Amino acid sequence: MSSDMKAKIIVTPKKAVVDPQGKTVQSALEHIGFQGVGAVHVGKYMEIELPDGDAEGWRKKIDDACHRLLSNPVIEDYQFKIE
Amino acid sequence: MNFGVLQFPASNCDQDALHAVRDVFGHQGRLVWHKEDSLAGIDAVIIPGGFSYGDYLRTGAIARFSPIMGAVQKFAAEGKPVLGICNGFQILCEAGLLPGALVRNRSLQFRCEHVFLKTISANSPFSNRIPEGKILRVPIAHGEGCYFADDSTLDRLWKNGQILWQYVNARGDATEESNPNGSLSNIAGICNEARNVAGLMPHPERACESILGSEDGRLIFDSLIAWLEEKARVRPAQAA
Repeated sequence: MSSDMKAKIIVTPKKAVVDPQGKTVQSALEHIGFQGVGAVHVGKYMEIELPDGDAEGWRKKIDDACHRLLSNPVIEDYQFKIE
Repeated sequence: MNFGVLQFPASNCDQDALHAVRDVFGHQGRLVWHKEDSLAGIDAVIIPGGFSYGDYLRTGAIARFSPIMGAVQKFAAEGKPVLGICNGFQILCEAGLLPGALVRNRSLQFRCEHVFLKTISANSPFSNRIPEGKILRVPIAHGEGCYFADDSTLDRLWKNGQILWQYVNARGDATEESNPNGSLSNIAGICNEARNVAGLMPHPERACESILGSEDGRLIFDSLIAWLEEKARVRPAQAA
């Protein structure tokens, strides 16, 4: 059975972790005229195609995958939705 | 002694590590492919530097799920020594065998140069032969060597003497200028609570011969070999 369901996952650096990439992007934004922007956090976006439509079943598994592989809880936070 | 040097896709310091243990120190050693699942007959494991799995997702994140890492977990739980160098350090952190994580250098630059290291604790299989006060000159080559841990973990590392090496200047001071990557507390290398698993970003295996510009890395291998030989002497006596 196929479905169009996907897990959409966003991983971002924890606030306590210095994010030099975010700082560099922030200063680049200022260079091109976006003065006054606040801190920038550069993270990752992932999409996982889910072969069946059992959203509740996948929620638990994706949470586990985020915790064990897709993010590192020492340095990153994650959030995801299934749709 | 018999060393096992792990080899993942895109490991690139595996041959350097094997060369050091076999040709410089005259011990036995073999490459252990990441799909193997046994470390039978191995006395010490070296997880070498490189870019395992292209550093995809995060450095070391994929390698930690390789079949051989199950055997490494067991090997470490038995108290046997595991040394992670550069990418090996990153893999050990991802595997949860060492606390904390290694993130992008604060400068965002790949740093490839010699640094100075101060040994903070000689109480480990990897640092026991390093004379007190001796500053080691060893190369680094990494883009993601900035050590991070939360405050309580960092406190615990200091309290337990788990910080083995700090980046310092030639006089032995841990200054901001001597920190090549922004690591908290200038941390270059740590060990676990049981002290048999250690990781460091610098490359001691590339500093074992004068032709390479420094022989200071020998002291780390000398420490490990001395510890293994001591253990081998004690073990038969205990069995008798």
